[in-house]
Amino acid sequence: MGIEQKAGDLGAVTMRLEQAVNWARTYAMWPMLFGLACCAIEMMAGQAAKHDMSRFGMELMRATPRQSDLMIISGRVTRKMAPVLRLLYDQMPEPKWVISMGDCASCGGVFNNYAIVQGVDEIMPVDVYVAGCPPRPEALVHGILTLHEKVRGETIKTWA
Amino acid sequence: MNEEIQQAITALEERFSVEAEEFRGEINLTVAGEELVAVCQMLRDDFDFKFMEIMTAVDYWPEQEPRFHVIYKLYSIEKKLRIGLRVPVAGIEPKLPTVVDLFANANWREREIWDMFGIRFEGHPDLRRILMPHDWQGHPLRKDYPLGYEEVQFSFNAEEVDQDKPYAKE
Amino acid sequence: MLDQSEFAFNELRHLVSERAIKGETMLLNMGPQHPSTHGVLRLLLELDGEIVVNCFPDIGFLHTGIEKNMEAKTYEKAAVMTDRLDYLNNLGNNLVYCMAIEKLAELDVPVRAQAIRVILTELQRIASHLVWLGTHTLDLAAISVFWYTFRERELILDINEMVSGQRMMTTYFRPGGLWRDVPVEFEAAVRAFIQRFPKQIEEYEDLLNENPIFLQRTKDIGILDPEVAVKYGVTGPPLRASGIAQDLRKSEPYMGYEQYDFDIPTHTDSDTYARYLVRIEEMRQSLRIVEQALDKLPYGPVRSNNRKFVPPPRSELGTSMEAVIHHFKLWTEGFDMPKGSVYAATESPRGVLGVYLESDGGPKPYRVHWRTPSFDNLQVLPVLAKGHLVADLVALIGTTDFVLGDIDR
Repeated sequence: MGIEQKAGDLGAVTMRLEQAVNWARTYAMWPMLFGLACCAIEMMAGQAAKHDMSRFGMELMRATPRQSDLMIISGRVTRKMAPVLRLLYDQMPEPKWVISMGDCASCGGVFNNYAIVQGVDEIMPVDVYVAGCPPRPEALVHGILTLHEKVRGETIKTWA
Repeated sequence: MNEEIQQAITALEERFSVEAEEFRGEINLTVAGEELVAVCQMLRDDFDFKFMEIMTAVDYWPEQEPRFHVIYKLYSIEKKLRIGLRVPVAGIEPKLPTVVDLFANANWREREIWDMFGIRFEGHPDLRRILMPHDWQGHPLRKDYPLGYEEVQFSFNAEEVDQDKPYAKE
Repeated sequence: MLDQSEFAFNELRHLVSERAIKGETMLLNMGPQHPSTHGVLRLLLELDGEIVVNCFPDIGFLHTGIEKNMEAKTYEKAAVMTDRLDYLNNLGNNLVYCMAIEKLAELDVPVRAQAIRVILTELQRIASHLVWLGTHTLDLAAISVFWYTFRERELILDINEMVSGQRMMTTYFRPGGLWRDVPVEFEAAVRAFIQRFPKQIEEYEDLLNENPIFLQRTKDIGILDPEVAVKYGVTGPPLRASGIAQDLRKSEPYMGYEQYDFDIPTHTDSDTYARYLVRIEEMRQSLRIVEQALDKLPYGPVRSNNRKFVPPPRSELGTSMEAVIHHFKLWTEGFDMPKGSVYAATESPRGVLGVYLESDGGPKPYRVHWRTPSFDNLQVLPVLAKGHLVADLVALIGTTDFVLGDIDR
């Protein structure tokens, strides 16, 4: 109690550095506008008025990877699109996270054939998998909150 | 059978060797590959079938002669009639003349048939792959092309399948 | 594979004009990831300053191999994949697939199932047009309409969920009728929607119809000549906005559309504004059809009785031996279709959606080909875009209303 009572009048707050940085990261995580297929429509519905994702900090979706933190892969990834996806992932600056939304991105989904990459984790490391075909906007929000918890648990060792 | 279509068929049967058959209310003509463009021209100019609705191919492997049938369906907007054409194509070095000058949407459809089946269209301005990546080998919709599926992971083979799957680490 | 820019130039050298090779015009890649391309479409633009000289669409980034995958599954299991083709018109895809199976197998569909199919398909048409309106105006920077249209769409998705349990990929239409009957709350929910929706359309029209910015961005942009439209196989609202009144619901009525009274909106200036007006009017007409179908909804079974194709209800399995045999055959091997080929077509929100189904007598389809409207509608984009600015190209992409799942299948 002591130091906060004395420093409170000066307007100073003490926190661990990890807590502060992680708090800032979770509350202003901007997703990249990247919708591939049907899950993108549910992602747009998640951004719309009924289930509002901007309450969780995802106010806008940046179209350019250079200014975004989070890549929500919504939809099926084909073999033709896979190199493009990897290029976009490489263009995102650190720190970056990936949510694989839907069954097709997580494991290939309904389509088990020559044209679909069976799970986007063959191309890039994924932080949270959200299941569903397509997942409800509430499920996507749950996935985002899970990601927030994961980010809040990051320590200085994981950053380095 | 509708009498306008009947007129068209009789006119075609006089000039070309076509066989007509009716199935579930649809008329299909079997046309030889060399006469295809002339038949389409006649249907388009004389009988108002200006709209090409569908153009696809079916593979009848392992029959080699003919291996493919290319299906066309032409529609007439004023008369609200539809007529189908079926063109048999051989299996070894399959090719057909193009109808791009008659129906402009044949451009991409012929590219798709080349991509998926390997049937060449002579006279097409720009025959290259459209749906698959540009350096893909093989023609996927042929019957001797495998589906390419990955083994489903159940509890008894989960680790085996996992070991062969390429996972990205960073 | 990562040096796609080099490849693109070499491959398309024979298509671009002399000026590009000399360096007078610029080649710009409007890549697969772009906020306004409504999916993964790659456009190679040849620009003279800001004016588009030529535009080459490159598709295939969403090619899922659905046609080949459907050949490996039985008919009823393959119906699950049909929802995912044109992912804004899920029930419409289901409908055309079931119509093809019913046509080939000569299966009857009870009248109650037909009426409910019409109601849900027309609601799906309204939902698809709402997404179109929201994203089209979002691209033209009239962002408020996006929030309003998605709010209405949620009501329709609630109805879908009430009926089948899933918001989008319902697979509610099965060969022979519907999966199960609608619950008792269905009628009240649809009536509430019919009450509420006309005021909302007026709200959108108030925001957009006489908005000078919207008019300036859409009037006289992308004029599509009727002959060019027919030559390119364009169907749907772009064809109707060019003056040709072609709608498969009127010219080849299916599922009982002849009993309902509705108009086909057309327009004569074939520009982007005309296409916008046609689609808004289509939403009103769809609402009319839904109201009539709901008023006339007959009682009766919702799935055909033909046990060769439709599994028996579980209550029959305890008493009838034939029911057990049919159940076994249908759930292990699937139903056998007669040999032959058919083509069934319906009018989807984007145009003529058709299925060419060929069967060799077995339980799996031999060849399923989808005639999708967006494939042909996109081919006309280079013709429309010549001479316009890049910003107009964004408006044209929105107005042709294609869906990449439809194009690439």
